[in-house]
Amino acid sequence: MIRFMNVHKWFKDLHVLNDVSLNVTAGEVVVVCGPSGSGKSTLIRTVNQLESINSGEIWVDGKNVVDPKTDLNALRAEVGFVFQHFNLYPHLSVLDNITLSPLMVKKMERAAAEKLALQLLERVGLAHKKDAFPAQLSGGQQQRVAIARGLAMQPQVMLFDEPTSALDPEMIGEVLRVMKDLAESGMTMMVVTHEMGFAREVADRVVFVDHGQIIEEAQPEEFFMNPQHDRAKQFLRQLLTPMQ
Amino acid sequence: MNYNWDWNVFFKSTGIGKEIYLDWFISGLGWTIAVALAGWIIALALGSVLGVMRTLPNKWAARIATTYVELFRNVPLLVQLFIWYFLVPDLLPERAQIWFKQDLSPATSAYLSVVVCLGLFTAARVCEQVRTGIQALPKGQNYAAMAMGFQQAQVYRYVLLPQAFRIIIPPLTSEFLNIFKNSSVASLIGLMELLAQTKQTAEFSANLFEAFTLATVIYFVLNMSLMKFMGWVETRLRVPGMMGGAK
Repeated sequence: MIRFMNVHKWFKDLHVLNDVSLNVTAGEVVVVCGPSGSGKSTLIRTVNQLESINSGEIWVDGKNVVDPKTDLNALRAEVGFVFQHFNLYPHLSVLDNITLSPLMVKKMERAAAEKLALQLLERVGLAHKKDAFPAQLSGGQQQRVAIARGLAMQPQVMLFDEPTSALDPEMIGEVLRVMKDLAESGMTMMVVTHEMGFAREVADRVVFVDHGQIIEEAQPEEFFMNPQHDRAKQFLRQLLTPMQ
Repeated sequence: MNYNWDWNVFFKSTGIGKEIYLDWFISGLGWTIAVALAGWIIALALGSVLGVMRTLPNKWAARIATTYVELFRNVPLLVQLFIWYFLVPDLLPERAQIWFKQDLSPATSAYLSVVVCLGLFTAARVCEQVRTGIQALPKGQNYAAMAMGFQQAQVYRYVLLPQAFRIIIPPLTSEFLNIFKNSSVASLIGLMELLAQTKQTAEFSANLFEAFTLATVIYFVLNMSLMKFMGWVETRLRVPGMMGGAK
């Protein structure tokens, strides 16, 4: 479903992505973790070309996203993206946030778009908030709306860029539960997160990124119990026991 | 000060037809509003386009808009007006020249000049406000819209501009008031708007103080009403839950 082939990216002198190759198959949930500044957010943003790359190829659902002939907007419509800071449209109601792209990009009928939006809101447990505005919702609720908004395009793939990092601790659970639900429904997901509980429980594979390189790739149990690389060991130690 | 105020002057005959001086003020106010509103439509439309251009990734679009702003902001308004009224018509093709100078009434040609002048001048200022409004939005808004597969025009139309315009309503209001006040330059090319009528009343009746007092009051009341109106617009467009908005 998503295939990175020898991807390189530089920010001036900084080699943010260094020869990244990775394959995410349909229905798979891949968690990407790594220290801050390791390039994991950049990596996930290259999938729908919110970040360009300097060399290599990225294939999504059979299309090469870096090929100038690829219709990027059509491709982006098939890829849901959930941001760290939700990025809901503050001037639109919850319902309008969700229906905007189906109406404008997919040219869906309004009635159909609203029906779909309500189903999705039901699914993330926020049907009663359809007329609220983003600023009237908690962070956790906003992120659940953002997930519903992503799903409204009926995407092939959902990308999550640190979806819980900006949330208060007691709101993380509600978002992770929605994501778990989604994973269980068979959605292909790529998730940048530090939520190791989520990785352990939901992910099919964990990818550890450092200095723009994938240095470890393993099943969750394997990764948590028996990390191979020193950097990964150190990272896990700090994540589990931050005070030491 | 030894001055005999005579407020009845406005109801006295001007000596021209059946007109009283108050009629002159009413007609002047009409022209002032006609100039300002027409100029404002140009300013808002062109200024919005230029403001968007300044935020586009396309370097040339941004450069053209920047040059426009520099040009129109750094030349005095009155100089611009004289250029539009005295110079530009001479640069037109011959048939357009004849149309502008002979076919049109003097009032109409002065009106067109001042509307174009004020519209283009104010557009530069509106442009800057639209630009800052767009730039004040979090980058994530742009990313979110792009990630949904929007064309660039759709990103602006549905996501960026509705938010940017809400942010800039207060500075836009003062630009809207400015165009009403700036419209008084039209009196210098013979358009009989409010200030020109005031001067004429003062000269005809010799009631200088009354004439200018009335003009001051009219400008003041007009601008205060516009300010109240824009305040109302701002409240109407306020997004629930956001700064100062109703819950």
